[in-house]
Amino acid sequence: MTVIGWFQIILYCAIVVALTKPLGWYMTRVFNGERTFLSPVLRPIEAGIYWISGVDEKREQHWLTYTVAMLLFHVGGFLIIYGLMRLQAVLPFNPAGQSAVAEDLSFNTAISFITNTNWQNYGGESTLSYLTQMVGLTHQNFLSAATGIVLAVALIRGFARASMRTVGNFWVDVTRCTLYILLPICIVFTLFLVWQGIPQTLGDYVEATTLEGAKQTIAVGPVASQVAIKMLGTNGGGFFNANAAHPFENPTALSNFVQMLSIFVLGAALTNVFGRMVGNQRQGWAILAVMGVLFVAGVAVCYWAEASGTSTLQALGLTGGNMEGKEVRFGIVASSLFAVITTAASCGAVNAMHDSFTALGGMIPLINMELGEIIVGGVGAGLYGMLLFVILAIFVAGLMVGRTPEYVGKKIEAREVKMAMLAILVLPLMILGWAAVAVVYPAAVASMANAGPHGFTEVLYAFTSAAANNGSAFAGLTGNTLFYNLTLASAMFVGRFFMIVPAMAIAGSLAAKKSIPPSTGTFPTTGGLFVGLVVGVILIMGGLTFFPALALGPIVEHLAMNAGNLF
Amino acid sequence: MLREIRPAIVLLLALTAITGLAYPLAMTGIAGALFPVQAQGSLIEKDGKVVGSALIGQEFKDDRYFHGRPSATLAPDPNDSTKTVSAPYNAANSGGSNLGPTSKALADRLKEDVDKLKAENPNAAVPVDLVTTSASGLDPDISPEAAQFQVPRVAKARNLPEDQVRQLVTASTEGRLLGLLGEPRINVLALNLALDRMAAK
Repeated sequence: MTVIGWFQIILYCAIVVALTKPLGWYMTRVFNGERTFLSPVLRPIEAGIYWISGVDEKREQHWLTYTVAMLLFHVGGFLIIYGLMRLQAVLPFNPAGQSAVAEDLSFNTAISFITNTNWQNYGGESTLSYLTQMVGLTHQNFLSAATGIVLAVALIRGFARASMRTVGNFWVDVTRCTLYILLPICIVFTLFLVWQGIPQTLGDYVEATTLEGAKQTIAVGPVASQVAIKMLGTNGGGFFNANAAHPFENPTALSNFVQMLSIFVLGAALTNVFGRMVGNQRQGWAILAVMGVLFVAGVAVCYWAEASGTSTLQALGLTGGNMEGKEVRFGIVASSLFAVITTAASCGAVNAMHDSFTALGGMIPLINMELGEIIVGGVGAGLYGMLLFVILAIFVAGLMVGRTPEYVGKKIEAREVKMAMLAILVLPLMILGWAAVAVVYPAAVASMANAGPHGFTEVLYAFTSAAANNGSAFAGLTGNTLFYNLTLASAMFVGRFFMIVPAMAIAGSLAAKKSIPPSTGTFPTTGGLFVGLVVGVILIMGGLTFFPALALGPIVEHLAMNAGNLF
Repeated sequence: MLREIRPAIVLLLALTAITGLAYPLAMTGIAGALFPVQAQGSLIEKDGKVVGSALIGQEFKDDRYFHGRPSATLAPDPNDSTKTVSAPYNAANSGGSNLGPTSKALADRLKEDVDKLKAENPNAAVPVDLVTTSASGLDPDISPEAAQFQVPRVAKARNLPEDQVRQLVTASTEGRLLGLLGEPRINVLALNLALDRMAAK
C-alpha cells in the first residue's frame, strides 16, 4: 500500500460526498414533479410521451398497481431483448455478421438485463450485433436503472407520507427519471468518454496489420453511449467481454476515476433524497455514514490483500502486488478500489479479473454482495435494501427497551418487520441453495476453471452475483451452459423481484399510517449510536448467514496458500 | 389494472426508441464530429495502412521490439469450433486468464516465464507485470521498470547503444495524471514506433 494510493481513495470518497447534496436536491425536485433547468427542453417530450401512452400524470397509484405496472413494463423489456437476440442475424446494424443467440443464453441475458444484473454469459464483441447492444442492452440499462430508482422513491414516499393510499405514479416516475436524470448525465458522460478514447461508431471491426506483420481484428462499435449508462445505472454489462478492463471501455486513469464516481453518485444522492423527503437531511447522512463505514473497511482489506500479492509471486521474488488479471494503467489501487465499488453497488462492471484476486482480496467483493449490496448499492436497490436493514435494526432496538419501534415518524409494526425479513431471506435462499446444488451436480462441477477451494468460490460467487443482481463474476467459471443459464436466471429473477414486492408492500403500508411526532422516548436515528447499531445488524445477519460458505471458499484458500498448497 | 397495459406497451416503445436508438445514434453523430479519431478507435496508420490502435496492445515477439505483457486471449480452434486455442492479443475476444491465487497452472507458468526473463537479463529484478497476464489480454502498456528491463536485449538486437534506447524509454514514459491518478506506464506500440523511427535516422 502506498500513500499516493490512499490519497486516491480519499479523493474518491470526498468527491462522492460532495456530489451527494446537490444531486439529491435536483433529484428531489424531479420526483416531486417540480420544474428544473431542463424543463424547457424536456417538458414537451415528457408531455408527448404521456399523451401517446395514455398516462394521466395527475393520477397516483396504490402500491399494488405501482408494482404491477413495473412488472408489466419488465415483461415488455424481456420480450424486446429476447426477440432481438434470437433475430439479430436478419436485422440491421450487424456488420460483424453475428448469428442468432441460442435460446438458453438469450433467456439468461434477457432476465439478466431486466433485473439490472447484466451477468455476462455472452461475450459482447463475439456474440452480439450493434442493434442488440443498442436497442436491447443500452435501452434496458436505462430502464432497469430508472426502475430501481423509482422503487426507492416510492418507498421513501411511504415513509414521508401520512394516511395516504398512493405512493406515486410508476409511469410518470420512470419517464421523469429517464429524461431528467439519466439521459442528460449520459449525454455529457458519453462525450467525455469518447474524448478519453472510447470508440463510438457503427463501422466494421478494424483489420490492422501489426508492426510484426500479423493480422489483428480490432472490435469497435457504439461503445461509449453504452458504457455511460452501464456505469451510471449500476448495470455493469460490458460492450466487450473484458468489460471495463478493456482499453476501449476504460482507456485512461481519468476515465477509470470518473467511471468509479458514476457508479456511486446516484445511489449516494438517493440517501439525500430520502432525508429531504422525510424532512430531515440528517436522516439521509446517517444512512450514508453506515454505508461509508462498511465501504472503507472493505477497501482497506482488499487493497492490503492485493498489494501483498500471493505466496506464488513472493516465492519467485516478484514484488509490486498481485498483477495477474490487472491492467498496468490502473495498477493495484485503482483495481482494488474499483472491485469494492462495483460490488458495493450492484454495478458488476470490472476493471480487473476478480477470479485472479488473492483469496482475501476476492472475498471482499463476495461479502459486499452477500450483505445485500446496501453499501450505496445499485441505483435505488441499494437504498431500499438498506432501509430494510434499518427497519430490522430499529426493531431490534425496540425489543431492547420494550417500546414499539418507530422510524422517521412511522411506527414499525409486525407487517413491516415480516416483509423486511422476507425480502432479506431471499438472498441466502438463492445463493446458498443453488450453490449447494451446483457443487453436487456433475455437469455444474465441470464448469469450474480452478481446482480446490477456488473452484467452489467461483460457483459461490456466480450465484451471489446473480441473486444480488451484481453481474460481476469469477469469470473462469464456464457459465454459458444450460444448467447455469437457467439457474442463474432464476437467482437473478427471484433476487430482484422477490425483494421488490415486499419492499413495495412496506411502502404501501407505511404510506397509509399516521405520522407521529417524536417524543422523549423516540430512539434518535441521526447519531453515531444508530449508525453503529445498523452496521452491527448488517454484519451479524450477513456473518451468521454466509460465514460457513466463506470458510469453505476464500478463507480455507488463504490458509492453504500460506501453507504452500497449490491445486 | 387493465388501464396499465397501454402504457406498458406504448411508453416502453417510446422510451426504447429514445434510449436505444435516438440516444446512441445521436451520440455517434456528435462524437464522430467532435472527436473523429477517438470515435473510430484511435487508429494508427503508417504508410497509409492501419497498424493498430493506440489503445490496444499487440503481440511482439521479435527481439528488436519491446514486448508487451503476456496475453491470455483465446480464439476458436480452427479444427474444432467447440474448443478454443491460445491467441494472444486477439482484439475481437478480450479476456483474462482467470487463474486463481492457488492455481498450480499459474505457478508453473510464472516460474517458466521468470526463468526465461532471468536468462535474458540476469542483472535486474523481473518486473511483475512482465510475467502476469492482463485483465483484458489487450493491455497496451507496461511499467517503466518492464521497459527498462528489456533495454539490453533491444539495444543488442538493433546494434544501438543502450543509453540511447534507455533515453527513448524515459522520454516515452507517461506519469500519473496530475501526479495523482493511475500508474506510470509506457505504451508499447508507441514506444516501438518511436524506436523504428529512431533506427531509420
